Amino acid sequence: MAVLIHPRRALSTNPLKTSAPLGAAMAYLGIEGAVPLFHGAQGCTAFGMVHLVRHFKEAVPLQTTAMNEVSTILGGGEQIEEAIDNIRKRAKPKFIGIASTALTETRGEDIAGELRAMKARRPDWAGTEVVYAATPDFDGGQQDGWAKAVEAIVSALVPVTPERDPDLRLVTVLVPSSFTTSEIDEAVRMIRSFGLDPIVLPDLSTSLDGHLSDDWSGHSLGGTSLADIARIPRSACTLALGEQMRGAAQIIEDRALVPYRVFQSLTGLKAVDAFVRVLMELSGMQDPPPSIKRDRARMMDAALDAHFFTGGLRVAIAADPDLMFSLSTALASMGAEIVAAVTTTQHSALIEKMPCAEVILGDLGDFERAARQAEAQILITHSHGRHAAEALNLPLVRAGFPIFDRIGAQDTCRVGYRGTRAFFFEIANAMQAIPHSPRPEDFGAAPIPEEFDHVPHPAPC
Amino acid sequence: MSEALKSKIADVLNEPGCATNSTKTDVLRKKGCTKQLTPGAAAGGCAFDGAMIALQPIVDVAHVVHAPAACWSNGWDNRSSASSGSELFRKGFTTDLSEIDIVMGHGEKKLYRAIREVIEAEAPAAVFVYATCVTALIGDDLDAVCKAATAKWGTPCIPVNVPGFAGSKNLGNKLGGEALLDHVIGTMEPETTTPYDVNIIGDYNLSGELWQVKPLLDKLGIRILGSIAGDARYKQVAMAHRAKVTMLVCSQALINVARKMQDRYGIPYFEGSFYGILDTSQSLRTMCRMLVEQGAPKELLNRCEVLIAKEEAKVWAALKPFRPKVEGRRVLLYTGGHKTWSVVSALQELGMEVVGTSMRKATDNDRDRVVEIMGDDKHMYENMAPREMYQMLKDAKADVLLSGGRSQFVALKALVPWVDVNQEKHEPYAGYMGMVDLVRAIDRSVNNPMWADLRDPAPWETPLTGSVLPAPSGACPVTGIAAPRSQAPVLVPQQAPAAAVAPAPSPELAAMTNSNTDFEDC
Repeated sequence: MAVLIHPRRALSTNPLKTSAPLGAAMAYLGIEGAVPLFHGAQGCTAFGMVHLVRHFKEAVPLQTTAMNEVSTILGGGEQIEEAIDNIRKRAKPKFIGIASTALTETRGEDIAGELRAMKARRPDWAGTEVVYAATPDFDGGQQDGWAKAVEAIVSALVPVTPERDPDLRLVTVLVPSSFTTSEIDEAVRMIRSFGLDPIVLPDLSTSLDGHLSDDWSGHSLGGTSLADIARIPRSACTLALGEQMRGAAQIIEDRALVPYRVFQSLTGLKAVDAFVRVLMELSGMQDPPPSIKRDRARMMDAALDAHFFTGGLRVAIAADPDLMFSLSTALASMGAEIVAAVTTTQHSALIEKMPCAEVILGDLGDFERAARQAEAQILITHSHGRHAAEALNLPLVRAGFPIFDRIGAQDTCRVGYRGTRAFFFEIANAMQAIPHSPRPEDFGAAPIPEEFDHVPHPAPC
Repeated sequence: MSEALKSKIADVLNEPGCATNSTKTDVLRKKGCTKQLTPGAAAGGCAFDGAMIALQPIVDVAHVVHAPAACWSNGWDNRSSASSGSELFRKGFTTDLSEIDIVMGHGEKKLYRAIREVIEAEAPAAVFVYATCVTALIGDDLDAVCKAATAKWGTPCIPVNVPGFAGSKNLGNKLGGEALLDHVIGTMEPETTTPYDVNIIGDYNLSGELWQVKPLLDKLGIRILGSIAGDARYKQVAMAHRAKVTMLVCSQALINVARKMQDRYGIPYFEGSFYGILDTSQSLRTMCRMLVEQGAPKELLNRCEVLIAKEEAKVWAALKPFRPKVEGRRVLLYTGGHKTWSVVSALQELGMEVVGTSMRKATDNDRDRVVEIMGDDKHMYENMAPREMYQMLKDAKADVLLSGGRSQFVALKALVPWVDVNQEKHEPYAGYMGMVDLVRAIDRSVNNPMWADLRDPAPWETPLTGSVLPAPSGACPVTGIAAPRSQAPVLVPQQAPAAAVAPAPSPELAAMTNSNTDFEDC
């Protein structure tokens, strides 16, 4: 049970949080043939794009309404219309996802209303779905933007269905912002192994997984198809793989009567067991496939080998609430102690469920201070944590967004039995990698008299 | 085996200082410890391994193993002796004999060249050369090569004749000690001596254990002059004959060295241990008493008592917070020799119940102490077979196993916490402060929430039941009728999956459902 602490300071040092519009853009990139569009000044997009490219090492389509002084004052409706026209002309997208920014939200534009009017008078936009999410930079972080974008997508594109006609093998899987593409793969592999057929939304595993394509276009390559989104009402159940996806799951239920289950974490034995149990129930399989059973046995053995390193380990973690919660609970279940936890947004039910006394709503400056004060032994956060790692001389396990000083960040998998196993190894190995040999001083012992030291003499040969 | 080695072994095995040996009849004593190993049922190191354990912690020495690949390629860098000075002892030097070397008799020449190369490259304080099975078998004359090398380059080259087939690890310890007695001890003189100079023999400073004790000696003004061989410099071994008292830490291993130093140089020795609180105090007391008997000022005894009182109070205070966390836990001890009783008493003091303790490698003296501490010998056993131990742990007859690395997986696979207390361990548990570390390790291990999680049944071990999904909540957006919360829609047939499959499955599908392998993986 943790309480959320708001540090009493004006200055934010070394930001932890990624902005909400960027989270929304990432979600939009998980739709097939998509171009995310920031409604704001062009710098918002430029910074965001650089951030995404540094992390994914991919060309990322991201456009801007390029608000100028005049349009900021008079209203940006025309800018949106012009932007959509241009994007349609240049990239021929199937989907345009608009994310508002602090600039336009501060002005207070009625983008949703304007967009409705635009769509009505522009029948030539047929074939391009346009979705809007209000994601002011000043409210919440990346995972809030992601959640709002997914909510906007399902609100706009999941058809209202008055009657249930479920395909009992079909499930909708709502993916949270904290998942890497490998983690999506792993969740999908598990679901499929029970004979179920998942619709993954948003699906970065086919768009930003870092694949070589023989196509070059100005929109996302891969992602959830619009046809699949239209099939969501037929799914037997929605599996929301993160607390942040609860809202979207609820909207699907409201529109199409599809019941849902929320999994707050897919890392750690108990969390994965709960997921597997639901897959068993959905598939009616009392006896899961051998690979699932084997993976569980392997994970348990990994836990045994890793617990020598995780037991009593003092962990400092800084991440969005969903990621922070899943990694922290997994480590706590292995005897680790979460001594410092910093998060980005207060909009999460998980914060108070954290296995520590308090969670700081803050930045990496708070993180470094708290980790130092609590004598943490290992840091878990994204690449910007390297400054703290250097200052504190501690190992840093990179998790979250952005990871720009390591390649292959998308291949990291910490979910499912397999991912949990890899995560435990990762932590144990980070601790083993610290070169340590004991010294007499460590125990308060006086050094051995120099008299006994061997003074090498040049060999006479 | 050469005659010299044979007589050396006979001499070592007939050790008058050995408690086991002294209880034997004359006839039996003559036979020595000729306990034959059982092929197919033996575990443990050879004589070479034993000599390495005893001598390798001498830190500024180049240890050259004269052998083909197996002896040192497989064996090097596997112990955690700590050094505060040179790290040379950690490097693995071997002659790595090839088939040609062996067939053509190039062994001695190769060794001579290897010694030259190591002296040129590392300028060691000395070179220790170890004979092994193959080099003893082909008759390489280690003594002659070392003698020539010493004469040529001036760096002492010490032959250690310990072919693995000569016997057990324990014998190897003793033969290693003999090499020191023959070639090293007494070859150098210290600049100064004090009445407070001691030798510590049989401690290998694993993970820095010696340094957990050294602050106590520092406070009493006692100097470790000679060390065999924890964090030892070559000079400390060479000057060990000038110490006033010898403390023998691991009683079985190097008793011949302590006893012969007493005979040759008149240095009395005592057997002691720094494992456990009572033992640490007892060892300090004995050491001070013997120093005083050897001529140290009498006030040392007082200072010693004051220190013990202070340190014991401190350690009990440090242990107190752990009591509620470890009280009532059932401990199974599987160690060797003296560690057994010295740890038992401390664990019992903290409210832990020792449900069993092994007596392997223990002397009769050790045995008596255990009986004294535990009240009877009901909980003592000799070697325990892994299967037996697994069953005992699986039946939850113990909450934690304290043992060496070999039984680690017996405990872990039975989902029982395990704490390493043997030589491969990475945490030091010696002296007063080491006891706190040990209890902390036990606490951390037995109270890890992981055990409960792992022992819980797998999701598929409980049968599927009743409703699968939560009821839809809210009202139907079309009809406006509120969802009936009590009636969850049962979306999935409750029968076994085979029954749910369509009546006439295609042949391919039938093949799939019948396969034992997961189609995802094939």
